[in-house]
Amino acid sequence: MRPILMKGHERPLTFLKYNREGDLLFSCAKDHNPTVWFADNGERLGTYRGHNGAVWCCDVSRNSSLLITGSADQSVKLWDVQTGSQLYSFNFDSPARAVEFSIGDKLAVITTDPFMGQPSTIQVKMIAGDSSEQSGNSVLVIKGPQGRINRAVWGPLNKTIISAGEDAIIRIWDSETGQLLMESDKEAGHQKTVTSLAKSSDGSHFLTGSLDKSAKLWDSRTLTLIKTYVTERPVNACAISPLLDHVVIGGGQDASAVTRTDHRAGKFEAKFFHKILQEEIGGVKGHFGPINALAFNPDGRSFSSGGEDGYIRLHHFDSDYFHIKM
Amino acid sequence: MAADVGRTPVSKVRWGELEEDDATDYEFFLPPKTVIGPDENGVKKVVEYKFNDDGNKVKITTTTRTRKLARARLSKRALERRSWAKFGDAAQEDASSRLTMVSTEEIILERPRAPGSKVEEPKAAGDPLAAMGKAGAVLMVCRTCGKKGDHWTSKCPYKDLAQPADSFIDKPPTADGPSLAPAKGAYVPPSMRPGAERSGTEMRRRNDENSVRVTNLSEDTREPDLHELFSKFGPVSRVYVAVDQKTGVSRGFGFVNFVHREDAEKAINKLNGYGYDNLIIRVEWATPRPN
Repeated sequence: MRPILMKGHERPLTFLKYNREGDLLFSCAKDHNPTVWFADNGERLGTYRGHNGAVWCCDVSRNSSLLITGSADQSVKLWDVQTGSQLYSFNFDSPARAVEFSIGDKLAVITTDPFMGQPSTIQVKMIAGDSSEQSGNSVLVIKGPQGRINRAVWGPLNKTIISAGEDAIIRIWDSETGQLLMESDKEAGHQKTVTSLAKSSDGSHFLTGSLDKSAKLWDSRTLTLIKTYVTERPVNACAISPLLDHVVIGGGQDASAVTRTDHRAGKFEAKFFHKILQEEIGGVKGHFGPINALAFNPDGRSFSSGGEDGYIRLHHFDSDYFHIKM
Repeated sequence: MAADVGRTPVSKVRWGELEEDDATDYEFFLPPKTVIGPDENGVKKVVEYKFNDDGNKVKITTTTRTRKLARARLSKRALERRSWAKFGDAAQEDASSRLTMVSTEEIILERPRAPGSKVEEPKAAGDPLAAMGKAGAVLMVCRTCGKKGDHWTSKCPYKDLAQPADSFIDKPPTADGPSLAPAKGAYVPPSMRPGAERSGTEMRRRNDENSVRVTNLSEDTREPDLHELFSKFGPVSRVYVAVDQKTGVSRGFGFVNFVHREDAEKAINKLNGYGYDNLIIRVEWATPRPN
């Protein structure tokens, strides 16, 4: 396959997200402008201007009309996807890290970093159907975990919130009361910071990637460890194929060490694993820095990766990918 | 996609039979453009005629093939989004900005092993041996952990746990030597046979002693060149230049073995820092001296 290279960002990529139909690809980077691209040919559709810091995460509503972005400028902004105009800005006292719309797009979960003595929080905001009625009040604020919370996502039926972060423990919270329901096992779970979390297309299980050089597959309801995928590099990003029993894991050595070693030694490929057999299927090379973001197109026929090198690489799979025999 | 241009010196159509409604004066003489296809493979042929700069009539056949790359199953909303106006930084972007490029490099999904092969190779590869081992159960003995009939030494899962094999060699052959020796009939490599190791290492040391390493050689330097350069100092037993196996280009270093140590010393003193083929070569002992 010949990947499409998209060079719109001037700083390392942080997050990639496809909309539900898979025709748009949203990208976040440490430069201040989230960008939307056509996911088939990689043409840039527009940028969302207004943030004043690195953008860490984004999510798009089911009907692809509303975009939410979380940024280190201590704000979370709502955008009109079509025009790029800013609809609303939630302001916090510390950098925002993760954002996700709930099923139905009525709520959004936001995490904020520990900052200036304040602990990290998980907050839930109401999202109004009409942006003129939007309010900044939080419905729920959860405090407790130490360190950054790198990802927070909604569990099945919006009943729970799943969070993971620097303390390497995955937690499931009640989204109504904010009560801690479950914690991942210290022995079986990750040993170092959890950097990424990707849900399966039906939300029944999710994959976490960690700096302990492994990715783990968990059940969304019971938080039981299903599978472990071991690699030889710290994992920065992971994704689950919606079509085949594949997972893809990306990462690489620490960004500060990149200039000191050969790029072949940096292990910057995206590694494919068989979801069930836990066997490595193959690697896709190309980035000149660690992979920070991975996303599968919802049709499972293409995937994109974003690297520390500032490039997004959009790969449409060759037909032989769909006939790989283990 | 292919385009081929062929000249047709003779016109098959008589100019008098052409319709006269063509606008430009010269095109009037040309046969009309014909389009063939596209057929079931998506191949379309366009045949055009025109005059080139010298006034000759030229037939141009353009063959194009259209392939469906992606499944065009876009939803109505997605189609609508295709026509959205650009916004933000993308609005001012011109064609020359080239933000989106197709990689010139073909990227493949690199398999960690050949497709179809399994991780557990013994099942497939060592089939006859395994069968024999199962039958006899004495043939397959692991020398590391001593297990019989389970696996071969090279496949021993306890390889890391076992003490390194070197420890056997380092031990001087003592009275308990025979008890260390493997069972009767088992193969013992010559280097591990009692008494063999000393002479072996000694021989090697003597060779290494007068070996000289030459670095920063130019790529053009070959072994005869080095021989010519170093044989002036005394008899040379071996000359070697490291060559990259794939490209065949010299890797820029080599070794010269002298018969006499004094000659080697002379060569080092004379040739270290000597300008050879526009590079300053470095000549030193191949093995670091203890003193």
